Amino acid sequence: MPTMFLREAHLKRQTVFDLLFRSLTRVSAVAVLVLLAAIIVSLIMGSMPAIRAFGFGFLTSSEWDPVKEKFGAVIPIVGTLVTSAIALLIAIPVSFGIAIFLTELSPRILRRPLGVAIELLAGIPSIIYGMWGLFVFAPLFADHIEPWLSNHLGTMSYIGPLFSGPPMGIGILTASIILSIMIIPFIASVMRDVFEVVPTLLKESAYGLGATTWEVLWNVVLPYTKVGVAGGIMLGLGRALGETMAVTFVIGNAHELGHSLLMPGNSISSALANEFTEAYGELYTASLIELGLILFFITFVVLSIARYMLYKLGQREGQTT
Amino acid sequence: MLTLYTRRRIINAIGLGISILAMLFGLFWLCWILWTLLGHGLPAMAPVVFEQMTPPPGSSGGLLNAIAGSLMMTLVGTLIGTPIGILAGTYLAEFGQRGWLAPVTRFINDVLLSAPSIVIGLFVYESYVVHVKHFSGWAGALALSIIVIPVVIRTTENMLRLVPTTLREAAAALGAPQWKIINFITLRAARAGIITGVMLAIARISGETAPLLFTALNNQFWSSNMDQPMANLPVVIFQFAMSPYEDWQKLAWAGALLITLSVLTLNILARVLFRQKAASH
Repeated sequence: MPTMFLREAHLKRQTVFDLLFRSLTRVSAVAVLVLLAAIIVSLIMGSMPAIRAFGFGFLTSSEWDPVKEKFGAVIPIVGTLVTSAIALLIAIPVSFGIAIFLTELSPRILRRPLGVAIELLAGIPSIIYGMWGLFVFAPLFADHIEPWLSNHLGTMSYIGPLFSGPPMGIGILTASIILSIMIIPFIASVMRDVFEVVPTLLKESAYGLGATTWEVLWNVVLPYTKVGVAGGIMLGLGRALGETMAVTFVIGNAHELGHSLLMPGNSISSALANEFTEAYGELYTASLIELGLILFFITFVVLSIARYMLYKLGQREGQTT
Repeated sequence: MLTLYTRRRIINAIGLGISILAMLFGLFWLCWILWTLLGHGLPAMAPVVFEQMTPPPGSSGGLLNAIAGSLMMTLVGTLIGTPIGILAGTYLAEFGQRGWLAPVTRFINDVLLSAPSIVIGLFVYESYVVHVKHFSGWAGALALSIIVIPVVIRTTENMLRLVPTTLREAAAALGAPQWKIINFITLRAARAGIITGVMLAIARISGETAPLLFTALNNQFWSSNMDQPMANLPVVIFQFAMSPYEDWQKLAWAGALLITLSVLTLNILARVLFRQKAASH
């Protein structure tokens, strides 16, 4: 019975191949987890000298003096958080409008090309935003918008100090506006995608009761998708926090904690981009790496929340349909 | 006194009007940025850009070494990242029904997908550059490959999930072993989508600057040695644009136009390719 044995050997070989292939794919999946662990471990190890030297003081000190080797992270952290927050403030309503337009208002033929156009905005490399911001946007901003802001808003009682100062073009506000343009496509496309999962039946019922388009959006679509919308916003926030090149060009890279949005500041990523290759001494480099570790930690938390929210919406979608 | 009905109509009109404005707002920036790029980049485009090396300050030159360096690092980065990405994506889609590994990997991968690229540069600096004690093209390619992996994993998994289960069952009923089903049936059926994902990944890394700053650095001269610091378009653009020299800034605009055109072309091509595939089904 040699043929029987042959066939059995053949089958056995296939099982071995199956096992090999399966293990190969599994190893690749594990590689992703190892990668994350390696990133965290190497950043912690790299920042050890700074952690030892400054401890928690690193997070509360606003001193950044390479000559005296005194480093504190407050200015870059505040810069990163403030620019991202202002960027979100601008980007959320605009993205919401774009998503509404793309899902409800746009003529069918235009829907796809316009959607792609918005996605192309996300495709433009961040260094291009930076160059455009530095050479085109910042001068215009300094000549036309900033004088108006400091003349009209700068004299008001509470928010006044935020808009005072000489119009320089580069500064926290410029960086925030450019960041907002960069994250609009991310938030808008998530919003569009989650708006599209709303069951047509639900919308048509509301229309049938006589609701206007706006009422359907505000009272049916938005409540149904709120978790997903929040997820999209967090995703945009994650992007804004880590954005490097565009911010580096226009934020001004000043280690000062000004109270005005028109003044130059610094962010974690632009401090890294500007200073890392020129940093001398172990402590300087380690402090910069610790900045990177803080940035990674913040974005990791924000992005985790974003993903969790989007998964939750996805699960509900699975249940209802 | 407005009736309730008119008030609702007015609110509706205002809301929808604002949404149209938002759309125009988005398109406005896209057009403005592209217009600026064409305006500054086209006059700077000349054959010399593709023929000469990056010049010292104050003299004219081209971007040949930067273009070559970018191409090489992008190619190597893609070659390292793609196989790992496709294999891991296959695991998530085909073997990931049970156990903790697949959901955790999926979650971590989605987080890595939008992780700040400058941190990836720091990581490669800490784990590779510090040990070999010099910046190099390999380090740059490695950093880029880490950005490629999550993109490819995500699209591979999504595309494999679109392949109908009946196709797998039909192959299994004919007695095909699982590795054959996946390699010759499902991966092949999802090919167009996976290629789209790889193209999007290439588009993403060809504009990345931040991870190259601490890894490949820059090189003013021609170098095809991946073990040396390597010139690349994004870092050259960064350095030249921030400089006070007019010749350098002009070259930076030429490079910026070049990068943007190739990235946008890749993006559009990927979409067209995927759409054709979707239409033929």
